[in-house]
Amino acid sequence: MRRPRIQWLPYMLLLPTLYFVFLFTVYPTFKVLSDSRIYYHPSRPDRQILTDLKLPGVEEAMRSIRGPNNVGLAYFRAMIEPDSPEGEAFRQVIGNTTLYVLGTVPISMILALLFALLVNRKVRGIGIARLALFYPTVLPMVSAATIWLFFFTPDYGLWNQLFKFFGYSGPQNWVINPKLALWSLIIVAIWKNAGYFMIFYLAGLQGLPEDVYEAAALDGANWFTQLTRITVPLLRRTTLFVSVIAIIGAFQQVEHALVMTYELVSGEADLLLYEIYQQRFIQQDYGFANSLTVVMIAILFVLTLANVFLTERQEYDN
Amino acid sequence: MTTERAATLTPATVRTPRPWGAWGVNLLTIVLAVLWAIPILWATIVSFRPPNDNLGRGDVWFSDRVTLESYEKATSLAPFFPKWQDGHLTNSYYTNTIEFTALTLAVQLVTVTLGGFVFAHFEFFGKRFLFYFILLQMMIPTAILLVPNFVTIREFSTVYLGIPKAIYYKEFSLYDTPLAMAMPYFGSAFGTFLMRQAFLGVPRDLVDAGVVDGCRWHHLLRHVYLPPSWPSLIAFGLVTLSFHWNELLWPLVVTSDKARPLTMGLLRFTQLTDIGAQWSLMMAATLIIAAPLLLLFIVFQRQFISSFLHSGLK
Repeated sequence: MRRPRIQWLPYMLLLPTLYFVFLFTVYPTFKVLSDSRIYYHPSRPDRQILTDLKLPGVEEAMRSIRGPNNVGLAYFRAMIEPDSPEGEAFRQVIGNTTLYVLGTVPISMILALLFALLVNRKVRGIGIARLALFYPTVLPMVSAATIWLFFFTPDYGLWNQLFKFFGYSGPQNWVINPKLALWSLIIVAIWKNAGYFMIFYLAGLQGLPEDVYEAAALDGANWFTQLTRITVPLLRRTTLFVSVIAIIGAFQQVEHALVMTYELVSGEADLLLYEIYQQRFIQQDYGFANSLTVVMIAILFVLTLANVFLTERQEYDN
Repeated sequence: MTTERAATLTPATVRTPRPWGAWGVNLLTIVLAVLWAIPILWATIVSFRPPNDNLGRGDVWFSDRVTLESYEKATSLAPFFPKWQDGHLTNSYYTNTIEFTALTLAVQLVTVTLGGFVFAHFEFFGKRFLFYFILLQMMIPTAILLVPNFVTIREFSTVYLGIPKAIYYKEFSLYDTPLAMAMPYFGSAFGTFLMRQAFLGVPRDLVDAGVVDGCRWHHLLRHVYLPPSWPSLIAFGLVTLSFHWNELLWPLVVTSDKARPLTMGLLRFTQLTDIGAQWSLMMAATLIIAAPLLLLFIVFQRQFISSFLHSGLK
């Protein structure tokens, strides 16, 4: 296809995509990096940089100015400092997000594999089961969260009734209980995502060679041995792949928090993206929101690198 | 591709030899399927109860009568559907969502097809670099860049069209328009990549034959590349449709009132204090916004599942 003179056509055809990717992905990434140095807090002129941010190296003269002010890496320093409000908020959010990812990803993946194994059979009515397990993927998260809001209501909510059935009537209103709010988000996320991950396992299962199972059955391997020795190892690629999209997806899920736990102001259920939204549009702390976005980008960057590294090593192994 | 196989049920690969074991597995399947279906079943049933039913007293599932009152009240409390007024349709959550998703989809289908075509067909200077440049979008999702993107949208007409700030707030701001919700998604790395993969699957001989016959690029695209690639384009369309129909955070940031989509309408609806614990009313609203996609999914189950299978491709 290579021709001697420069052809402009491919660049022209690519221009729209390049333009929008530049405008809404590349440019904002750099903007956020540079804006994370800027202290700007329009809604709270009372807030003093030196007293509130406890920033080493910020000049005295900046105190009385509302900004925008260049404070360098002050926000990031405040994030790791033990007794700054930013530090407390940041550590809480990171802890919550970590717990959220660790709570949702493994369980929903195990459930997804189980679903896939159950649904990958030729039985009458299996289509309905597949429908019932997959529909949460298509359901808007706002709708799902609104329905689950009822499940978590005190006394007569279905979830609490289930607990009562087993003789337990302890914590009642899940979404405003500081200890349980995050878990209510985790439960909704597991319920919603398991069916989505199921389809990847289903595709993986259907690509497995039949003769291995026949040989194993001849050797007298029972279903459990077949599962742990053949199915799970052969699905390694699928598992790696699903875990990547699950983790990256978990960082981006906030809709359920907006519906369910927004009333919990103490921040026990705040996830990273939710906190970015919160800091920028509710607290109006622009600099902190930008700095949190930088942290988010850094986390996703590391995850992507880890993914590339793992995938390539696996290709090398095979 | 494995994706095609997933859509059709192939014979079981994992067998349970003993009949009681098979029944146990069936039972487990049924129990899990019912557990997973309870939320939507409950929501559907409760939405047909009278709006001011108190679920705390008595049954949380059934009431003594089946009625559409909750739906009527929900649509009267919030503008879910458009009304005919003064010779035109009023703004409603439905028209906003449809406008925004249709706009996104229309532009995306074009950019994605062209992008995939360029990367599959041409060799040019900087191809690799530009490919990774676009793939950046998959690494840094648009959703997390809401803070700087909000500024871009708000000041779009000032910066990019040169309209002074003093007048753009009223006349030319993109804020609170369907375009504001759609624009960040006009270029799609995922879609470009998906279409490139699909186009690479087209036999090279066919393309070369077309070139020899003197096809222009758009002839090649229309008559050689696109015909076998429709499934990928449809898959992309379905994924993008359900993604944007269900989207909440970005619309929450860039709309306030006029362009508010369904998801935001439901959020506002659930936060209205006087609705309180009127669950049947809230469930009616929930189903009003979820119904189109759910129905579409039930009808085109296979296409949806195989599309979502594409959505994970990286």
